[in-house]
Amino acid sequence: MNSLFKQKRADHNIVVPSLSQRRFYGHGLPGVKLEALSGKLIAVEGADGSGRSTQITRLVEWLEGNGHATVQVGLKRSTLVSEELNKAQQGNILSRITISLFYATDFADQLENIILPALRSGFMVLADRYIYTLMVRDMVRGMDEAWVKNLYGIALEPDAVFYLNVSPEELVKRNFAKNHSLDYWESGMDLGLSRDMFDSFLKYQALMEHQFKRLQATYGFKIVDAHQSADAVNEVLRNEIESLLVR
Amino acid sequence: MLIGQNTFAELGFPGRLIAVEGLDGSGKSTQIYLLKRWLELEGARVFFSEWNSSELVKSATSKGKKRELLTPTTFSLIHATDFADRYERQLVPLLRAGYIVLCDRYVYTAFARDVVRGCPSKWVRGNYNFACLPDLTFFFNAGLEVSLRRILDNRPELKYFEAGMDLKLSTDPYESFRIFQGRILEQYLAMSTEFNFVVVDANQPVETQQSIVRQIVGSRIDVSKYLAVKY
Repeated sequence: MNSLFKQKRADHNIVVPSLSQRRFYGHGLPGVKLEALSGKLIAVEGADGSGRSTQITRLVEWLEGNGHATVQVGLKRSTLVSEELNKAQQGNILSRITISLFYATDFADQLENIILPALRSGFMVLADRYIYTLMVRDMVRGMDEAWVKNLYGIALEPDAVFYLNVSPEELVKRNFAKNHSLDYWESGMDLGLSRDMFDSFLKYQALMEHQFKRLQATYGFKIVDAHQSADAVNEVLRNEIESLLVR
Repeated sequence: MLIGQNTFAELGFPGRLIAVEGLDGSGKSTQIYLLKRWLELEGARVFFSEWNSSELVKSATSKGKKRELLTPTTFSLIHATDFADRYERQLVPLLRAGYIVLCDRYVYTAFARDVVRGCPSKWVRGNYNFACLPDLTFFFNAGLEVSLRRILDNRPELKYFEAGMDLKLSTDPYESFRIFQGRILEQYLAMSTEFNFVVVDANQPVETQQSIVRQIVGSRIDVSKYLAVKY
């Protein structure tokens, strides 16, 4: 009831977000005026089955209901390389540095052609995964952390990053309930942790979780316990975003 | 020992990598072709690799170029992806197997071009620091005017990125190409000492240059150690 009332009030009194303090994580991109980026960038991270897409769909509805324009981005959605990247993954023929750079290209293309223009126009940009998943994947595969950080130094720091944390055991259940199968890459089969996919999935997701929590110390994103109901998780996200908009 | 700061020989690879660098029209491709023929005829195990030639990445690169989708950052990253694919799947295994690998352009091409396009030098170099340095790098210096004449005399159809049109240096592709190449040359010359380029005066006849190249390769690399096994 309370939220319905708030919603009604918002129809007449739409919050104009305050300007963010913006920075790139590293060297950044040539020629970008940070002060012109008036929108907000919100990233949602988490494994497949953590409820990312559900949460993003709901956030979009809520934000639009409150009068904010939104744009969505995500991994492997660039015009430039998404097709080739998919093809390469199916054949599993790329080595790890190559995959990593290919994903970085995909990210950079969306950053420059979607994220930045949308932020310039004052949109709320919702990223269904951002650089952290990519960095964590690379680090789990033993790549040099300094190299990965330099590479993603082109990235803009988001206004909020949520990591939907679900235990590997629960992820297995959710993936089976949804697809009755585990994904090759989400099981980290390329790492040779185990020839048994179930086993490999658990080990791989545990490694990912560990690296995510390690990165959290540097990047300070908010870890959300996503074992809770979708409603409860969404409540957490909305509260955080709300305070971000009026800040 | 850091990979991006040492040569293959310094890191204990049995093989050797020789790279050629220079502006378009400097004659470097001709010279590396003749070097390859010489080594092959001497009976050595040789492999040749060219910039921007990985099958898989090529379709993305050509799409990006055709539709002018590339920014300096994605231009840099997609070429790094191409390089990484060749590096991991061909160059490293062959160098471990004791081949002489010849590269028409190596990381220095990216160091020069991407920086001219406005990417931070440290970022570009950092991205490529998974790659060992060549054991020998020839830089073919034909001077700007000669290189330009060799390319422009045929009035070729200059492609958008090739001419550096994305930098908006000039609306005339030929003028843009001149300015762009001039800036790349400056970058090459600045790197020459840092990376121990063997600078070859590319205004000399093809044969004169090739005899210098063969002489230097012969003095730095014991080709007899790289002979292919006859079956």
